Amino acid sequence: MEAFAHLVNELNAADQKAANAASSAGFAYGLAAIGPGIGIGYLVGKSVEAMARQPEAAGMVRTTMFLGIAFTEALALIGFVVFILIGL
Amino acid sequence: MIAESFSFPEINSILRWQDLFVSFNKIALIAVAAGVIGIAVFLLAGRKDASKAPKGVRNLAETSVEFIENGIVMQTMGKDGLGWTPFLLSLFVFIYLCNVPGIIPLIQMPATARMAIPMFLALLVWVIYNGVGLKHQGIKYITNTIWPPGVPVALKPLVGIIEFISNIIVRPFSLTVRLFANMLAGHILLVTFALLTQSLITAETMQLMLKPMAILPFGMLVFLTAFEVLVAFLQAYIFTILTAVYIGGAAHPEH
Repeated sequence: MEAFAHLVNELNAADQKAANAASSAGFAYGLAAIGPGIGIGYLVGKSVEAMARQPEAAGMVRTTMFLGIAFTEALALIGFVVFILIGL
Repeated sequence: MIAESFSFPEINSILRWQDLFVSFNKIALIAVAAGVIGIAVFLLAGRKDASKAPKGVRNLAETSVEFIENGIVMQTMGKDGLGWTPFLLSLFVFIYLCNVPGIIPLIQMPATARMAIPMFLALLVWVIYNGVGLKHQGIKYITNTIWPPGVPVALKPLVGIIEFISNIIVRPFSLTVRLFANMLAGHILLVTFALLTQSLITAETMQLMLKPMAILPFGMLVFLTAFEVLVAFLQAYIFTILTAVYIGGAAHPEH
């Protein structure tokens, strides 16, 4: 940490603001990715289970799975947009 | 050190490009090209002799029409929705042709990575599905939309507000953001790994160690490009299938 100490001292207000924005952008996207990650994993896992149990219904299950993924993924993508808005 | 020579460009410079003419830039060119190519392919396919076995460009056109009919319309709207095939097909082809330049070398810019095109398409879809709902159900469309069947009277105000927001306001927004953010995320990932590769190859210190290491981000770049092929198709498919679901839901209320 001592190697970076002189860097911290030289930060002015604008740099500090940019650093805060960058780190909170990272947090925003990271937090936004947790829920959809769990959700998509659960959704696809259950769909594969359904397809394995009933291969003749695979087409219908796949369509519904993509719909579900689209809705779940939207949350992560909104997090990504927030990341772009505050981070860059 | 790498950290000093490596700097990520402004988001504007990787998305905006130069104006070719006044207010006509590369994005607009790609969008126009997508429209023209789509129309040209299907006109060409339509002019072939219908009595012969299909080949070449007509095969492609027939496959995509069948994909829309069996994969999207029949799955979501049933037989009544087959009249929507032309609209959904043109929507799908246009979005796909706008997405694909994101992975074509030397172009490498998906036109849908700017908000304007997805937002226009989503607003078009919004107007269409609300219009279909009003046409098929009359003024009852609004009550059917905001109150699903079987809601207790006491809950009607609360459910009404929630359903109104989610059906009328959030739908076009989420359609827009889904397409736009997916393509933008893919584009930024490709830019990042291309820049990493470049900065490792052109590193000025520790060249013996850093130059061979460039193979790592380059491999990732190749893999992500292959992944983007899938994403470009999948996002066009998802946009189209959601459109079909919304139109189907507006035409036939839940019971």
